[in-house]
Parts: sequence; structure tokens; C-alpha cells
Amino acid sequence: MGELRLMKGNEVIAEAAIRCGCDGYFGYPITPQSEVMETLMDREPWNETGMVVLQAESEIASIHMVYGAAASGKKVLTSSSSPGISLMAEGISYLAGSELPCLIVNVQRGGPGLGTIQPSQADYFQSTKGGGHGDYRLIVLAPSSVQEMNDFVELGFKLAFKYRNPAMILSDGAIGQMMEKVVLADFIPRLTAEEIDQKYGSWATNGRKPNRKPNIITSLEMDSARMEANNIRFQEKYAKMEAEEVLFEEIQCEDAEYILVAFGSSSRICQKSVDIAREKGIKLGLLRPITLFPFPKKPIAALAKRVKGFLVVEMNAGQMIEDVQLAVRCDVPVVHFGRMGGIIPSPSEVVEALEQKLIGG
Amino acid sequence: MELADIINPKNLVYEKPKLITSTTMHYCPGCSHGVVHNLVAEVIEDLGIQEKTIGVSPVGCAVFAYNYIDIDWQEAAHGRAPAVATGIARTNPDKVVFTYQGDGDLASIGAAEILHACNRGEDMVVIFVNNGIYGMTGGQMAPTTLLGQITATTPNGRDAGRNGYPLKITELIAQLPGTSYVTRQSVQTPGAIRKCKKAIAKAFQAAMDKKGTSFVEVVSTCNMNWKMTPVKANEWMVENMFPFYPPGDLKDGSKNDPLSYTPLKN
Repeated sequence: MGELRLMKGNEVIAEAAIRCGCDGYFGYPITPQSEVMETLMDREPWNETGMVVLQAESEIASIHMVYGAAASGKKVLTSSSSPGISLMAEGISYLAGSELPCLIVNVQRGGPGLGTIQPSQADYFQSTKGGGHGDYRLIVLAPSSVQEMNDFVELGFKLAFKYRNPAMILSDGAIGQMMEKVVLADFIPRLTAEEIDQKYGSWATNGRKPNRKPNIITSLEMDSARMEANNIRFQEKYAKMEAEEVLFEEIQCEDAEYILVAFGSSSRICQKSVDIAREKGIKLGLLRPITLFPFPKKPIAALAKRVKGFLVVEMNAGQMIEDVQLAVRCDVPVVHFGRMGGIIPSPSEVVEALEQKLIGG
Repeated sequence: MELADIINPKNLVYEKPKLITSTTMHYCPGCSHGVVHNLVAEVIEDLGIQEKTIGVSPVGCAVFAYNYIDIDWQEAAHGRAPAVATGIARTNPDKVVFTYQGDGDLASIGAAEILHACNRGEDMVVIFVNNGIYGMTGGQMAPTTLLGQITATTPNGRDAGRNGYPLKITELIAQLPGTSYVTRQSVQTPGAIRKCKKAIAKAFQAAMDKKGTSFVEVVSTCNMNWKMTPVKANEWMVENMFPFYPPGDLKDGSKNDPLSYTPLKN
């Protein structure tokens, strides 16, 4: 078993990045995620593993630094919070269009605009439906604990490299700022130049070798037929993710008559709501999507065949509910309960909403 | 003497640079980009760094530079080439990284990225082709467009009150301690071309020697969008652009002492 520590979610992102053999981090300060870069700068991983840490002049520059390093086959990440992710949208689209692996951590805060520094889940659409221009998808992982902040760094990189696609950890200010015990991963050494060449030499711009053609990383294709072929290949990749990479957790769903669907910090609150409801005699279960893209459509569709209804609980005005509705296909009612502006709902509020909107309704 | 005696391989003085691919260039006849590409390719060959050079192409006319020089390339988003190059250079300190950018890309949308990359003194080369206009999109005003110059978005000439002033970004770059060698060149005559090649070679050598950012502006023409013949465009450049963007070295860091600092104590 790995080292047990008490840490903040944001600090754990930094520690996990160092431990998983990351080559570089590029970022820009923004609340509530600044501890990621602060922890890295304090840890000085360049002395320990050779990992590069650079404070960029903006989120725009950060994501394009990630692009440059990722395109040379390096394992790199950035982190930010909602307004900063909006600035990164350009670069994220280019990363997806150039099929580059990287990890982006969004510790969400409330919006729109400058909004608030308090936790929110209002970037669900932005993260799962695109965010930048063009038809692309990110692999989106939603941690609900500090432990998962740790675990999803390595998982995110694994999936990003498997599919040559950017992956995102969609966290929020609550998970980023709270302290919990966490079992840290063991150290994995960074790949050597030879290993990178062996694994990614077919595409990485690590210097033109005499035995191969130049590697060119670009998202540009002026020939419409070839650009369509690129798009078809991307879509096949996203379809493969949907077939093979869905992760979710079911809590007390076996005998449930009603189901809460919630991700990230909302799902932590909903665990307590399930207990409260069951004390009241309501057979309530919780389905927690862990991958938001690919979305767990099938388990939700299966539950829809035997439960009376779904309450989707989010810290937004109703975003993931659209995916739940598509999965349920009108078999049973799907209603929403959300708080916004940085307000975190209480477990009993959720149960009240369930009674009013679903059971009583 | 017969023509065949003159046009004979044994009389060949210049040949196509080895690293220039056989792909037909998309540049307009008379464009300066082809010449600058040749010089960059020759310098990479002369320095023997084909296997460790990574180029970053811009958005603009030179977007397809990656099709023409036989090295590894990355195509950056508009203006972001210096950030992309930073990402490569920082995680690949054994590589030689350069960006190739136009004036719209570098001095307008990418002004923040170029200033900060140069200010950090990233060990890289910047080739900045300044023809005072947006070529790819059809001849709109660039930050470097001269006052009075007619473009698609300044049909009556650039007016300082409406459009602001032409930006001498190379002069700004030369102020930054992160840069070592900052120069302004041109390619309108064989002599200018030879000088420009020397400057590009010096810039690459400085980056290889980890002296910080080297910056080579090449004042160029866009005869197509200036609506002139190539010859007339070169004359216009010399008469109008050189007084405002005079060729020559702005900074030669190899003559300067390296910067040093003492960390502040609490």
C-alpha cells in the first residue's frame, strides 16, 4: 500500500503528476486551483524527476505550451478554473484536432463571466459537449474525493495516450479545496527519449530521424474529403471510448424505486441523501457517472426499466439532466434539482426536492 | 559560346537546398517567403541539426511551411507559436526550436506570447517575416502597416486617429533582457540575402548555445496584396519601409555580459 497522507485536492493533483512520471506542467494562477502550481513550485520536481514547471503569461499560453510539449511525445498537464478553461478553449480544440494526448484539470467555480470563486458544476456542457470549436470530445473524469483527484491523474494520462486525445479532470472548488486522507501512488519514472521514440515515434515531433518521414503535427487540412475523413476517424475514436471506457458507480440501486444521478461533489452530498431517504422508508439509490464523456447511458437505461423516476442533482441549472433524459428515453420521469452561484445543496434539501418533484409530483 | 555551354551542371553555383522538399510552394510569384525558407533550410543543413530541429509554423501565409522544409514541424494556432515553442523547448532542452511567423501572427494576435517568450529568454529562434499586411486573408491592415498605406481595411490609407500607429515590435523585443541577438534583415538583393543568411545562422547558433531568444525580422514584400510587380514592390519596400524599419542589428548579445541577479532575501 502506498503512502498515506492528509492533503488538499489541489495539492494531490501536483503530487500525483510528479509521481506518475509527468514531463511538464504549464499553468496560470486562478482561484480556486492555484495550489496546484504552488505545490509544484514548492516541490521543485525538476530537481527530483526532471519535470518542468512553468508559470505562463496566460491560460492561452499555458494550453499552447501543453500543445508544444505534447506534440513532442511528452506527458504534460495544465490546470485552471472555469474562466481560465474558457480561455483555453482554442488550444483544447487544436489539441483534439491534432490528436494530442494531455491532461487538463478544471477546478470549477461559478459563472457565467467572472462569477464567483465558490464551487460549481456549471461547466458540464463546456467539458462534455466540446467547449471549443469543431466536432470533438474530451475524455472527462469527475472525481468525488481527494483520493480520486489522485487516481484520475494517472488514469487520465492513460486514456489520453491510449486514444491520442486530451483528457479532462472535471473537479470543483469543493473537491479542490477540501482535505482528506489519500493513498498516494508509487513513483513511476519519466519516459526516456528512447522510450518516447519507441512508443510515439510514429507521430511525435522529437526530431526528424533519417529512417522516417518528417513528423508533422497539424489540425489543418485544406482538402475537404480528407478533412471529412479526419472527422470520421475522430468520431470512430469517440465511439470506441463510449463502447469501452464508461465508468460509473451504483450505490444502493439494487432495490431502489427512485434514483439520484449526480457526479463529483454533488454525488458526495447525495450519498448522505440516500441514507436520509432510506431512514424515511424511501427506497432511494444513487448512480454516479465517473466518466462524464463517455456518459454511462446503458446503466441508466437499464435502471429506467425498473425504477419510478430519476432526480438529477447538479450544482448548475440543469446540464447533465439532458444526457440522463436521452438515456431514459421518456420511460419514467426525469427531474432536476440544482443550486447555483457557488451554493452547495444540503443532503436534506435533496430529499425534500425528491419528495416534492418526483414522489409527490 | 553556346547556351548549352553556359547552362551546364559544371557551371552550377547555387542549387536547391537539400532540406527543401520537392513540394510545389503555394506562395505567389515574387513573394519573399520562398527565399527565407531556403535560407532557414540552408542554415539547418550547414549546422547539421536536421535531426534535432523542430519548427513551429504560424497561421498566415507560412502556415504550410511544414510542407517545404524536411524536418519535424508543429502547426500552431494564430499567434501562439512562441507558446508552443516554449512547450517544446522546455521539455526538450536538447532540441533546437524555431518559430516562423508573419506580422499579423506575431505583432497582433500573438503580441503577448512573443513578448513573454522573449522576456523569459526561451532558447529558441524567431523568424519574423514583416511585409506590413495580412497576406493569407487578402490584404488587410496589419499592426506593422505604414501610415497612409492602402490595404483592404484601410482603403483610404492607414490613419493614426482611426487605426493607431505602425508597431515597431522588434524594437520592443530588443529591450527585453531575455533576448540575445535581435536583428532586422531583408532579402531583396543577392547581397541582402547573403547577409540575412548569416543573421539566421547566428541566431540558430545563439539558441544552440542557450543564450536566450534570438529574433530575426525580415522586412519583406507582398507584391500581390500591395498590388505591385515584384520589382516595384522591392523598390517600394526600400523607399517606404526601410526608413521606418531600418535593416541592421538592434542587439548583439554575444557582445554583452550575461544578465545576473541576486535573489532577494526576506
